[in-house]
Amino acid sequence: MTERTFRVWRGSGENGELTDYTVEVNEGEVVLDVLHRLQATQVPDLAVRWNCKAGKCGSCSVEINGMPRLSCMTRMSVFGPDETVTVTPMRTFPVVRDLVCDVSYNYEKAREIPAFTPDPKTSPGDFRMQQQDVERSQEFRKCIECFLCNNVCHVIRDHEENKEHFSGPRYLMRVAELEMHPEDTADRRQIAQDEFGMGYCNITKCCTEVCPEGIRITDNALIPLKERVADRKYDPLVWLGNTIGRRPKDTPIVPNTRRPAEEE
Amino acid sequence: MLTTLGLAAFVVYATARVFQQDHYWVGEYHYLTPFYSPCLAAQCVPEASLFGRIPVEFPPLVPYALLSLPILLLFRVTCYYYRKAYYRSIWQAPTACAVQEPHRTYTGETRPLMLGQNGHRYFFYLVVAITLINTWDMAVPFFHGTDGGFGVGLGNIIMFVNVLMLWAYTLGCHSCRHVMGGRLKSFGKHPVRYWLWSRISVLNSRHMLFGWLSIATLMTTDFYVSLMASGTITDLRLFN
Repeated sequence: MTERTFRVWRGSGENGELTDYTVEVNEGEVVLDVLHRLQATQVPDLAVRWNCKAGKCGSCSVEINGMPRLSCMTRMSVFGPDETVTVTPMRTFPVVRDLVCDVSYNYEKAREIPAFTPDPKTSPGDFRMQQQDVERSQEFRKCIECFLCNNVCHVIRDHEENKEHFSGPRYLMRVAELEMHPEDTADRRQIAQDEFGMGYCNITKCCTEVCPEGIRITDNALIPLKERVADRKYDPLVWLGNTIGRRPKDTPIVPNTRRPAEEE
Repeated sequence: MLTTLGLAAFVVYATARVFQQDHYWVGEYHYLTPFYSPCLAAQCVPEASLFGRIPVEFPPLVPYALLSLPILLLFRVTCYYYRKAYYRSIWQAPTACAVQEPHRTYTGETRPLMLGQNGHRYFFYLVVAITLINTWDMAVPFFHGTDGGFGVGLGNIIMFVNVLMLWAYTLGCHSCRHVMGGRLKSFGKHPVRYWLWSRISVLNSRHMLFGWLSIATLMTTDFYVSLMASGTITDLRLFN
């Protein structure tokens, strides 16, 4: 057993501050264990969101020494013996209290994406998918919705004004997943660029770096989606087709999912 | 910092060499540096111009490979890996993950100037043609040994490794991956394209590595050829 200094964000986003605590740490523990001990022994009102403690529920996303991470998957042994461990809430989302954020931005963006749209002439039992097609979207289905990727993305992390026009890596990946589904018939390429802000992404791969599930978000979802957008919007042959009247059918975003401008 | 230095070293070296208009051809073994391929100016040594010359004398500071160099440059500038590298290290958007960027506003690749990044695939198509030319440039010296006929020197090996790296970088391109099979909705219905896509994916996962290796081999090849062309060294011949 050793004692370590934890610097933890307390309070709301506007009126909060970093507070130092000296807390007991045992071998094999993770940051979330220490936060729980802190809660049990010193600050019973410390707000921490958590659930599975196994890196599968995506609840305990925080920033540890400035890096977005799951607190349940960050071992104490990765820090130096005298290193102060600073734990702050995710910076991109409004802080409710202490380490708990309001992540409703993500759910709003999720609702805007047109859902899986199979051919209406088919019924559920008709689909036969090959293993390689299953594997392709299976990678994206590993997502635990911890929102660390959306949190680290500088497009919205440093520019609040972009939140309205940018869905973040998590939901652009969802668009890519549906676009790669063999039984899906909708065309989300136009809205991926115009409504979900694919063009804002400058593929700097931070989303991939922080993903606790190891999903290659940039290489396997975002860049392929950018290429699909280029097929649709920046290909001269498609432009010619549009000009002479062979207009592809674009799928609009889900109706009534954006707040009217006056409520903003 | 290292990325910036690496990119800067390449840009400085390449700029100095392409504007030099000299030391690009070793007549004895038919070595041509990739920075002067295809050699188009009327001043080019006739044997160095494997694909013909434009009957115009290029004024000083105009690169002899006027056609290929801008395409190669734009291919690398619009490359998904290099974009990451220079957006981070030069443009500082962001400097590093979770580090606040210094810009007040950010529009990414949505403005007209940046929309050109979506043209990466067209540069890819053109670069495939240029890499074929580089491959030809690499093959020709094998048949110009010291006594004529087949011969192998250190220069041949350097050029061979360079072409290998150029292909590994070019074919591992994200646009190539998309064209080969990534654009499909169903892999199951297109087994050949799925196979191509999966092979390209192997190269693509090492795109950064091949990006840097190809820069290094390009500079090495050019430097070796320039040393020989200027008479500073002679080629180490392994066979004929």
